[in-house]
Amino acid sequence: MERFVRVTGLVAPLDRANVDTDQIIPKQFLKSIRRTGFGRYLFDGWRYLDEGQPDQDCAGRPLNPDFVLNQPRYQGATILLARDNFGCGSSREHAVWALADYGFRAVIAPSFADIFHGNALKNGLLPVVLPAEVVDRLFREVEAQPGYRLTIDLPAQVVETPSGERFGFDIDPFRKQCLLEGLDDIGITLRHADAIRAYEARRRREAPWLFTDAG
Amino acid sequence: MPGRTLYDKIWDEHVVREEPDGTTLLYIDRHLVHEVTSPQAFEGLRLAGRRPWRVEAVVAVPDHNVPTTDRSRGIEDPVSRVQVETLDRNCAEFGIREFRMDDPRQGIVHVIGPEQGLTLPGMTIVCGDSHTSTHGAFGALAFGIGTSEVEHVLATQCLVTRRLRNMRVRFTGTLPAGVYAKDMALALIGRIGTAGGTGCALEYAGDAVAALSMEGRMTLCNMAIEAGARVGLVAVDETTIRYLEGRPFAPRGALWERAVEAWRALASDPDAAFDREVELDVSSLEPQVTWGTSPEMVAPIGGRVPDPADEPDPVRRGAMERALAYMGLEPGTRLEAIAVDRVFIGSCTNARIEDLRAAAAVVRGRRVARTVRQALVVPGSGLVKRQAEAEGLDRIFREAGFEWREPGCSMCLAMNADRLGPGERCASTSNRNFEGRQGAGGRTHLVSPAMAAAAAIAGRFVDVRELLEAA
Repeated sequence: MERFVRVTGLVAPLDRANVDTDQIIPKQFLKSIRRTGFGRYLFDGWRYLDEGQPDQDCAGRPLNPDFVLNQPRYQGATILLARDNFGCGSSREHAVWALADYGFRAVIAPSFADIFHGNALKNGLLPVVLPAEVVDRLFREVEAQPGYRLTIDLPAQVVETPSGERFGFDIDPFRKQCLLEGLDDIGITLRHADAIRAYEARRRREAPWLFTDAG
Repeated sequence: MPGRTLYDKIWDEHVVREEPDGTTLLYIDRHLVHEVTSPQAFEGLRLAGRRPWRVEAVVAVPDHNVPTTDRSRGIEDPVSRVQVETLDRNCAEFGIREFRMDDPRQGIVHVIGPEQGLTLPGMTIVCGDSHTSTHGAFGALAFGIGTSEVEHVLATQCLVTRRLRNMRVRFTGTLPAGVYAKDMALALIGRIGTAGGTGCALEYAGDAVAALSMEGRMTLCNMAIEAGARVGLVAVDETTIRYLEGRPFAPRGALWERAVEAWRALASDPDAAFDREVELDVSSLEPQVTWGTSPEMVAPIGGRVPDPADEPDPVRRGAMERALAYMGLEPGTRLEAIAVDRVFIGSCTNARIEDLRAAAAVVRGRRVARTVRQALVVPGSGLVKRQAEAEGLDRIFREAGFEWREPGCSMCLAMNADRLGPGERCASTSNRNFEGRQGAGGRTHLVSPAMAAAAAIAGRFVDVRELLEAA
């Protein structure tokens, strides 16, 4: 996983609530058996005027000029500003892969859907929850100031605006550590292999029907 | 000791280790796998030189990409075919049981788990699919995970996670005829919103839930995620136990007796505290129809498309305006005046035998309206299909002009060939009416199977109770 420590970046505002993972990455792209290459299809249905196909070269596709990520001022954005319940719907991790592959390092919103939130943390894409009124203000500032950049400081758990205002955010301490060090869960969990085996041995005695296996 | 919720009881039994900050290593009893969210997880295992921790806990099935027409020639779409073949290869390589596309038991993962008795009360169950909440109908702790977590569970049989908050929804009263679990689910989402259950395990309780069949409870739990809750739950009772007895992978003999005894304790204690409680009386509930692009945009069939001008919150108003533009609807339109182009009866929400019976009861002796381009019935599994055929339901559907298909996810998310064209309007028994969900530009209205059947017959949305009374 890519480490996340401190990121300063251009902010793109996506002013809609309940952005679902079907919009972030439409289903036809889920047929890929790879983890990479989803960035060009991010928000495909909103970003392009035609319907995208898997493995399609997007260079010649007609762009939707009204979609925020197509506006020249937001090219190169690395922080996405969003509304409530971002990432709702399907569990597809492809949504996170697409955001990260496009170049986003963080999404700021008043709330996230649970599964998306977990997926993001496991891929070095930082979901930052700020109060709705703060997000509202950030939306106004982004739209008013071309080139608007925010700094997200994970060790300090702070988002800093160009004028030096600082907004604190919460993050699960375990996930924070994983992000700071770029650690994957599996290696950490396997350090507790003995505890898992001991648990299984006990459960086999207590609830043996759970082990009448499907294999 | 204060009382515990059903969720807390199952959680407590599965804690392998807990850190002081609450980070928990949770043991997973059953891992269901499908072709879309697993290839990268298997690839991760291979790259790290790892093997599945307990391969007997894992069961796989291809469902999202499979064709619902004649399968003798395989999958035409080369990209879909590669994904299904990749699942076959991964399962063969790692020794995982798979119900392949040509297996009569193949079907939608959330239909076949319970059907095979792979879903049991008190289990922790995960799948790389948000509708895993379905299995909570059995008093199991079941939830959807991402692909990184699929890999994690394959490698360790555990998840690193944190305890959710507890929420209880009490459905009181008696459900009127012609109104179903789907209507309960939609009405609840309309009330609490698509983020109403975020961060919570949602337990469904009350007389109206106790009166539901397992199929109805599965529909209800299936859509917990549409209310933002990863987990839906219903306490174990005699209905649960009757459903499971004799299922292929359910315990037998003395082990069955012992399991049943343990399962009877799987209910929230009377004094258990919930972080949030909601109550909904179903006695006067009407059939529900969604009108927008989020499941919370829903109204009773007797209602009208709302006017965004009446919405004071600007973010919500904007969402309504966009939804109506996408759906091609005007504010104030009566829902009964909305004509449909296609009808889809299927999905992990509503493709079980009881759903097909409810739809067939409406269709019997009638014809699909000429204006409806296509009406599809896609059974949830090969065994549901076989059962329906044994009951003659396929004949009822075919004679009325429905297409009778092979099992799979089909038009719920249109990863296979079944999809809407741009601008086409569909009465669908699935779970998500998001933009483009059933095909780019397609317009989805979520309804119960009976309401979908009624829309097929009338060519527009109608109150199914009128058809049921006339029958």
